[in-house]
Amino acid sequence: MGKRPPKYSAGALIKHGLTRGDWPRMWRRPEMRSSYDVVIIGGGLHGLATAYYLAENHGITNVAVVDKGYIGGGGSGRNTAIVRSNYLTPEGVAFYDRSLDLYNTMATDLNLNIMFSKRGHLTLAHTDSALRTMHWRAEVNKLQGIDSSVIDAQEVKKQAPSLDVSQNTRYPILGALHHPPGGIVRHDAVVWGYARGADVHDVHILQETEVLDIMVEGGSGPGGKGAGGKVTGVKTSRGDISAPIVVNCTAGWASLISNMAGVPLPITTHPLQAAVTEPCKVFLPTVVVSGSLHVYVSQTDRGELVFGASVDPVGTYRVNGTLEFTEELAGHVLELMPGISKMRLLRQWSGLCDMTPDYSPVMGNTPVEGYLVDVGWGTYGFKAGPVAGETLAETIATGRNADLISAFGIERFTEGDLVGEKGAAAVGH
Amino acid sequence: MIVVPCPNCGPRNSGDLRNCGELVPRPDPSTASLVEWREYLYMRKNPADWVTETWYCRGGCRRYFTIERNTATNEIRGQEAS
Repeated sequence: MGKRPPKYSAGALIKHGLTRGDWPRMWRRPEMRSSYDVVIIGGGLHGLATAYYLAENHGITNVAVVDKGYIGGGGSGRNTAIVRSNYLTPEGVAFYDRSLDLYNTMATDLNLNIMFSKRGHLTLAHTDSALRTMHWRAEVNKLQGIDSSVIDAQEVKKQAPSLDVSQNTRYPILGALHHPPGGIVRHDAVVWGYARGADVHDVHILQETEVLDIMVEGGSGPGGKGAGGKVTGVKTSRGDISAPIVVNCTAGWASLISNMAGVPLPITTHPLQAAVTEPCKVFLPTVVVSGSLHVYVSQTDRGELVFGASVDPVGTYRVNGTLEFTEELAGHVLELMPGISKMRLLRQWSGLCDMTPDYSPVMGNTPVEGYLVDVGWGTYGFKAGPVAGETLAETIATGRNADLISAFGIERFTEGDLVGEKGAAAVGH
Repeated sequence: MIVVPCPNCGPRNSGDLRNCGELVPRPDPSTASLVEWREYLYMRKNPADWVTETWYCRGGCRRYFTIERNTATNEIRGQEAS
């Protein structure tokens, strides 16, 4: 514990500049062992954060993170990099606020500049009912000590002068929920930071290793899988691994992996599309979100505008872009900011989201002993990555679901105790 | 774009219809236990393969029908009114 990766510093930069020496690799390409204490499926932000906190906080280092592609190639590299904690339910607020705390100290903890720009976050209200929800959220937030308040249209104009706040538009801006601690983070740096931090503790990061099956014995379902069973390992494209604990951190592919263990999930997979414009002079100082217009916008340090939307209405594993998305997005953005009509889109992409019925994740132990899930991250997985890793590591180390995730267990669906976050998470980036 | 063959209105863009998700057999509400009912409500197979699903022709005839769609490629085959 307390082990630190080799320092990145001004001194190291000068030394490497002068000697033109190679920088050390951020993580190795280790030989796969035939058994580990913990196998984490999915080398994205959640999987790597879990591995890092297992080693850093609990001293469990005989861990493998396996990914069928390369690390950070799924949702971790495709999200719109927004972080915030102004959720709607007390459980959600406490959880996401812990994540924001971890983001605040991450650059120091991982010794890597994650480019956290705490620029504030505006969720616009275009109707009386939306304004009412904003007041509701603000009060829940304030009660838990979170900087969150409702501001009027004139104040919105001060925060983001490029927005059209006139009242004769189709969707007039009546006010907004203002959340100063929100902002954007360089998402790839977070993945690399956790990978490097885990690698220092000798965690094995196994890329291009696809999990083909999860081995379970003694379960009530076909092949000894399912409820009541016990995990014994995984079959991968590079051979079998035996392990008493297997963790599913595979986001959009969560159902496919979980079905291998015989544990059905309340999840459907939908693509979410995003797009980025050509760079221009920086003019948008905050993150702007509009639930009614299904859009969120932020400007990167390079000056590109990053747009995201809600998930596509048809569930699919196919991640191609659609013209409907581009058309609708452009129309809605121009409702908010008519001034950018001449800007051109540089590219668009999409990622897979594992949507749950209540817009909250599914985390922790399952009816199969040794099989844990960290899934159902829908459209809010990036901002939750650090706390998901921390709480899941605690759950693995102690054997019982951590307090912060006790509301997110899979049993809530059979017990009918859902955690409704749709009001704050459906398009609320 | 996904073109969905409505049995009544012919091929339409998926945006004209609503995807109601994979077909899940509905247990008898008078005999189903709470757990069975909630599994019917929430649990899904969500395969990356051929799946039988319900669509609602919201912009046209307002009929419900089922088709088979491959969720990995979005190819469509078969179709019947329900």
